[in-house]
Amino acid sequence: MTQGSGDLVQIKNVDKVFKRGSEEIHVLGGLDLTIPDGEFLALMGPSGSGKSTLLNLIGGLDRPSQGSVEVGGENIDQLSDRRLAAWRARHVGLVFQFYNLMPVLTAQKNVELPLLLTHLSRAERKKRAAIALDIVGLSHRNHHFPRTLSGGEQQRVGIARAIVTDPTLLLCDEPTGDLDRKSGDEILDLLQALNREQGKTIVMVTHDIHAAARASRTLYLNKGRLSTELEE
Amino acid sequence: MAGPFNWLSQVTSVTAFGIQSLPQRLGSSLTSMLGIAGVVAVMVAVLSIAQGIMQTMNNSASVDNVVVLRSGSTSEMMSGLSGDETRFIAEGPGLARNETGSIASPELFVIINLLKKTTLTDANVPLRGVGKAAFDIRDTFRIVEGRMFEWGLNEVIVGIGARMEFEGLELGSTIPVGQEEWPVVGVFEAGGGLAETEIWVDSAVLQPAYRRGNSYQSVYAKLESPESYQAFKDALTSDPRLNVKPMRESEFYSSQSEMLYNLITGLGTFIAVIMGFGAVFGALNTMYTAVSSRTREIATLRALGFHSGPVVISVLTESMLLALAGGIIVAVAAWAVFDGFRAATVNMASFSQVAFAFDVSASLLMQGVVFALIIGFIGGVFPAIRAARQPVATALREL
Ligand SMILES: Nc1ncnc2c1ncn2[C@@H]1O[C@H](COP(=O)(O)OP(=O)(O)OP(=O)(O)O)[C@@H](O)[C@H]1O
Ligand SMILES: [Mg+2]
Repeated sequence: MTQGSGDLVQIKNVDKVFKRGSEEIHVLGGLDLTIPDGEFLALMGPSGSGKSTLLNLIGGLDRPSQGSVEVGGENIDQLSDRRLAAWRARHVGLVFQFYNLMPVLTAQKNVELPLLLTHLSRAERKKRAAIALDIVGLSHRNHHFPRTLSGGEQQRVGIARAIVTDPTLLLCDEPTGDLDRKSGDEILDLLQALNREQGKTIVMVTHDIHAAARASRTLYLNKGRLSTELEE
Repeated sequence: MAGPFNWLSQVTSVTAFGIQSLPQRLGSSLTSMLGIAGVVAVMVAVLSIAQGIMQTMNNSASVDNVVVLRSGSTSEMMSGLSGDETRFIAEGPGLARNETGSIASPELFVIINLLKKTTLTDANVPLRGVGKAAFDIRDTFRIVEGRMFEWGLNEVIVGIGARMEFEGLELGSTIPVGQEEWPVVGVFEAGGGLAETEIWVDSAVLQPAYRRGNSYQSVYAKLESPESYQAFKDALTSDPRLNVKPMRESEFYSSQSEMLYNLITGLGTFIAVIMGFGAVFGALNTMYTAVSSRTREIATLRALGFHSGPVVISVLTESMLLALAGGIIVAVAAWAVFDGFRAATVNMASFSQVAFAFDVSASLLMQGVVFALIIGFIGGVFPAIRAARQPVATALREL
């Protein structure tokens, strides 16, 4: 699954159509995408172009209307809801624009959350959460509740939660979209370090050209397809 | 990966987040809890009234007592017996005896008007004329204040229930009977039974006051033993001089209270069901609000790989916990405030007042709590299913 080289994600001829009432919205059409293991890919494109939709397909949060999504050699579009949920828990780390932390849990407990889906002992969960918080530089904040943390700190908790299970893929939907420049840069430093030092494969949706510059490759989504150039 | 242990720990943690975040949704949670509490309160109140009335009737009845009315009459009010008839009845076989003869009391039953203390409106109060044997038949009878009336004098004694319920029954006050005012000389208990709602006087004094000549309305008598009832009954019903209906006391009281009991229970259930519907909608609304305010949380959990089963169970648990809290609050309050609380209602058979104590029993409280849980379940199940059915990607967008 985590082979050192090769293609981690293979998307072939994917269509995605949403139905809103009687109206059909064609978001993705005949889309192909290959992401090699260890890549840091930035996805850009106008609002509503389907960036989040594509990210959801890669992360098994949604299924294509047509075509196949293969991650680590597994065809995830064929999995049942139940198995897909288990697959996500094991292979995907998600980072959201608005952090999506549980307000009633401390930073430490938020990070431990995905580990509840594993068979790790309580002590082991605690240890791993502490390591993840250490990686994002927030060890000193582990007993704080989200509302007492700054936006940048909350996003770092979000990243710690995403990496605590050591996922195959890290998917970030506008991770700096709600942050000021400085906090945003810190988050990007962190993602870059995770990619370079730990070899994490990252897909990041962003509107920010500076953020995209940190990635090893940038693709533009427009009219349902990907291209390497921003076409007007 | 998804073993039963794992699933259970998902349920516990998802449920715990929901419950921990309850304080953030205090308003709507309290509203729904109180709504459910209100419904349960009505149900418990009504059923405790019904049980209280049954209890009063049961306390009134003794297994070796009989009541004899004219055939075809369903209450003492409607019955009538001549002095001769009451003598023939007292001569019936199987009755207990003492020095003065068989223990049988021919009685008169009339209604007077008194003000009800709570509403200050007119109410019908039974005034019973009794014979000497009456006190041997009601063996729980006891004077608790003042003294017994003198035979042959127009003095009355009042039941403690009646005194509590109506104006002007204090020791030393007088009650209007026809053109006269009769003094209250004593207060009595009768084991919590129906007699406690009545006013008693010498039947020989009551007869002329109501121009009854030598007639009566009923005969109360004590049997030698509960088994001698059949012989007594057969003798009376086959006696050509008599046209009467003997009944065991328990039979008589339950026939008197049946209509009332059914009416109250039926009405109470009806009201509780109607209110229950209201509470279900209240609970539904609360839980929809709760679910939508937790949309992001629930969607995030599911995105992280939590199953939707635990989500359903968490929402349901929350709803049922709120309902349980409402139910228990009512149960405790009802028991503390209302158990033994005395009230009165109209006996449908005699149209006189029946005083009774609310009987808030443990089983009644259990019924209330179960009812609350049912409301909580119905109120939670639809929002829970909705939360679980929504596709994760869609739920994540609704933030
Ligand atoms: N679950 C859904 N149901 C219906 N329509 C949807 C759904 N998800 C996405 N869409 C539609 O698909 C299109 C693409 O949405 P998407 O969120 O992928 O765009 P995006 O590129 O991420 O935009 P943004 O930059 O604003 O986040 C939009 O028109 C959106 O309204
Ligand atoms: Mg988006």
